[in-house]
Amino acid sequence: MARRDIGEINAGSMADIAFLLLIFFLVTTTMDVDSGIARKLPEKTDVQSDVIVKEKNVLDIVVNRNNQLLVENEFVKVTDIKRLAMKFIDNGGGLGTPIDNRPGEPCDYCEGAKDPNSSDHPSKAIISLQSDRGTSYGMYISVQNEIEAAYNELRNRLATKRYGRSYDALLSDYKDNPSKSLQEKIDNLKDKYPQIITEPEPIK
Amino acid sequence: MSKFNKKKKGLAAISTASLPDIVFMLLFFFMVSTTMRETDLLIKKPALPVASEVKKLELKSLVSTIYIGKSKDARISGDKIQVNDKIVEVKDIPSFIYSERALRKEDEVKFMTTSIKADKEASVGTILDIKEQLRDINALKISFSTSRGNDLSSNYK
Repeated sequence: MARRDIGEINAGSMADIAFLLLIFFLVTTTMDVDSGIARKLPEKTDVQSDVIVKEKNVLDIVVNRNNQLLVENEFVKVTDIKRLAMKFIDNGGGLGTPIDNRPGEPCDYCEGAKDPNSSDHPSKAIISLQSDRGTSYGMYISVQNEIEAAYNELRNRLATKRYGRSYDALLSDYKDNPSKSLQEKIDNLKDKYPQIITEPEPIK
Repeated sequence: MSKFNKKKKGLAAISTASLPDIVFMLLFFFMVSTTMRETDLLIKKPALPVASEVKKLELKSLVSTIYIGKSKDARISGDKIQVNDKIVEVKDIPSFIYSERALRKEDEVKFMTTSIKADKEASVGTILDIKEQLRDINALKISFSTSRGNDLSSNYK
């Protein structure tokens, strides 16, 4: 009998609270997460060293001002680049780069065709992306993305084989708790398939 | 007994009349204190290309952004570059990076990233010119800002 007399809480302001929350979330979610393709530029050196690179170790990608693609002098589509790049990087037809005066070793983790006319080793495989000044940025990014995708897929494959987890999973694990062993694994994978991309002077 | 009953009866309803005022105060506080818009764009908002292999940019405070896009005035052709609320030329990029560096601690400079937000219609020549300028002053970490997606066909037409 006495309980009935407690006054009810006025719910009229619930709407205001709701609006406040709504506006707050509206505002905070417009913070767009800036994401993109990360690239590291080569350092500027005064010494121009002439490194002799065999023709077969370079995958030539040329984009002209009409956004047409030429890979090793053949017309291709953007969607073909990933396959071609993977085939080229993973070929493993010869010996790798000599480390510490030891002779280079053949690529024991490559699954490519071991074609002697294609790249020797992932550590020697160079992708050359030549664009025209008039190429559209969208096309350029698409090609960069496909090249990145090729490397990522190769690293993923090797990671799954060696560590039972994909490269992407290792990376996200590393972000959550950076540990020495993870760092080593990631570095090892990067070392096995290093990204060597060169961008010569654009066609004028 | 009857005395206790009487006391309970006397408990008045809490006045909620001032609640909206509190709520509005909070709202205004958040509105004033959040400064999320970094720059006002003087160029046409760049339509970012789509890419599938994207990485999130870490350490937001160490990112300097360069916008590249068309002018808002349709009669002016060519790519315009905007940094920090003003439209600049390619040769002004180094001074922009230097001023950005001056704002950061010295040991953080090597982690600084330049994010390039360019329209997908922009020409690669402009981008490569900027890259060359960045290389000259040793700002080597760059990120081509893209939106995430798997269908890349909208990038080129």
